[in-house]
Amino acid sequence: MEKSVLLSSLQNIIEKASTVLPEDIRRALEKSFTEEREASVAKDTLGMIIESAVCSKESTRPICQDTGSILAIIKSRPDESIILIEEAIHEAVKILTRNGILRQNCVDPVTGQNTGDNTGKHVPQIHFVPIDGPTTVSVMLKGGGSENVSTQYSLPDSSLEAGRDLDGVRKCILDAVFKAQGKGCSPGILGVCVGGDRASGYLLAKEMLFRRLDDENPCKILGKLEETVMEQANSLGIGPMGLGGRTTLLGVKIGNAGRHPASFFVTVSYSCWAVRRISAELDSEGRISEWL
Amino acid sequence: MALRQISSPLSPETARSLKTGDRVLVSGRIVTARDQVHKYLASGGKSPIDLSGTILYHCGPVVIREDSSWRVIAAGPTTSMREEPYEAGLIRTYHPGAIMGKGGMGQNTLKALKEEGCVYLHLTGGAASYIARSIESVEEVHLLEFGQPEAMWVLKVSNLPALVTMDSFGNSLHADVESNSLQILKELLKTPFHRKSHS
Repeated sequence: MEKSVLLSSLQNIIEKASTVLPEDIRRALEKSFTEEREASVAKDTLGMIIESAVCSKESTRPICQDTGSILAIIKSRPDESIILIEEAIHEAVKILTRNGILRQNCVDPVTGQNTGDNTGKHVPQIHFVPIDGPTTVSVMLKGGGSENVSTQYSLPDSSLEAGRDLDGVRKCILDAVFKAQGKGCSPGILGVCVGGDRASGYLLAKEMLFRRLDDENPCKILGKLEETVMEQANSLGIGPMGLGGRTTLLGVKIGNAGRHPASFFVTVSYSCWAVRRISAELDSEGRISEWL
Repeated sequence: MALRQISSPLSPETARSLKTGDRVLVSGRIVTARDQVHKYLASGGKSPIDLSGTILYHCGPVVIREDSSWRVIAAGPTTSMREEPYEAGLIRTYHPGAIMGKGGMGQNTLKALKEEGCVYLHLTGGAASYIARSIESVEEVHLLEFGQPEAMWVLKVSNLPALVTMDSFGNSLHADVESNSLQILKELLKTPFHRKSHS
């Protein structure tokens, strides 16, 4: 792959992630807008959100001033291109931060100093998955407010009377939605991982947020749980921005991972309505051959 | 509902007259203050500017330098609740006219709003472009050593739409929504998933 071609591709991918709301999210917001009561705060709020997203796209400005923590997942054959892609991500992030497409979001926790260019120890976070196919790059920019309310439960949980079964999982997810109100910007989207360990649970839950809102869960029982949680969470009355209303969630995506016999983790990754996620396929030169 | 024009700094009478549910259009000078500024002021740091009557905005904007001036690219609100440990003390020391952010604040802040005649203004989280349109200019910047998002930006705004969600009469829309949703949550926790899904 060509260094300069890759840089331009990665700049394009990350800029689009920051400034263009994914189509499925936009459609879901518009549907919710029609479902809220006339002249309600909820309808007003959704109207503002939709208008703001249009304005961001047209003026190439970040959808939200919190352009989030940067997660990139590279899937590729294990060859030298991975290093080049990694370097291009770092370089693209620095350029986009200078241009105001990304906010300076990396603070050294020891000195308290903002690094000023969105790079630092383990930042941006880049994962590599070896596959025998075309190279793809997925990027997620996840805001701090929504990351702060993401959480992990260990079943059984006596405070929720949640046992080690799918009903216990349901209780944890509803509790997480309740606790996120006023913090993560609703309507939210949940990525959930049932099982796994402390570390894999958080990553897999976050990866669930890459799924499109209208996709179908390959596991029927989890698909049913998604529907149930969606319906029940939207009956809580929390509404857009927690100001009351019918739309608390836009989607629930639940995945699973094998668990240790002693552990039963339920990990909830909360995303605000401003989901910044994007995936693209790269050709052998490093050009974007397809938006996924 | 009618929109009411208010200008910052707010007079004590204006702040006292605002009620939860009022929709307002804000014009004038507002000052951003988020995590680092709150911690700094709460631990004895002096505010570089007079905050009395002004609107203190929980916001970490994206601002870029263009020639010799600053340009605000995006400037939506951040979660106010993180400032809950500091806000009541800050209201009592500096007497701002309003606190502005998203998601509302807790009982300590509500008590201070009542005692000092201050209100909480709510903006829509993530609506960064929508909000940036109402920002006319950057007047000053202080405490830039906290980093660009955490500095104290003095912004001139015009007709910025906001909703009063906590007032000086002890009302909080956030507390109402939370207590209602808690009742519903308790009921939902009692209804098992399997029974419901197979019925």
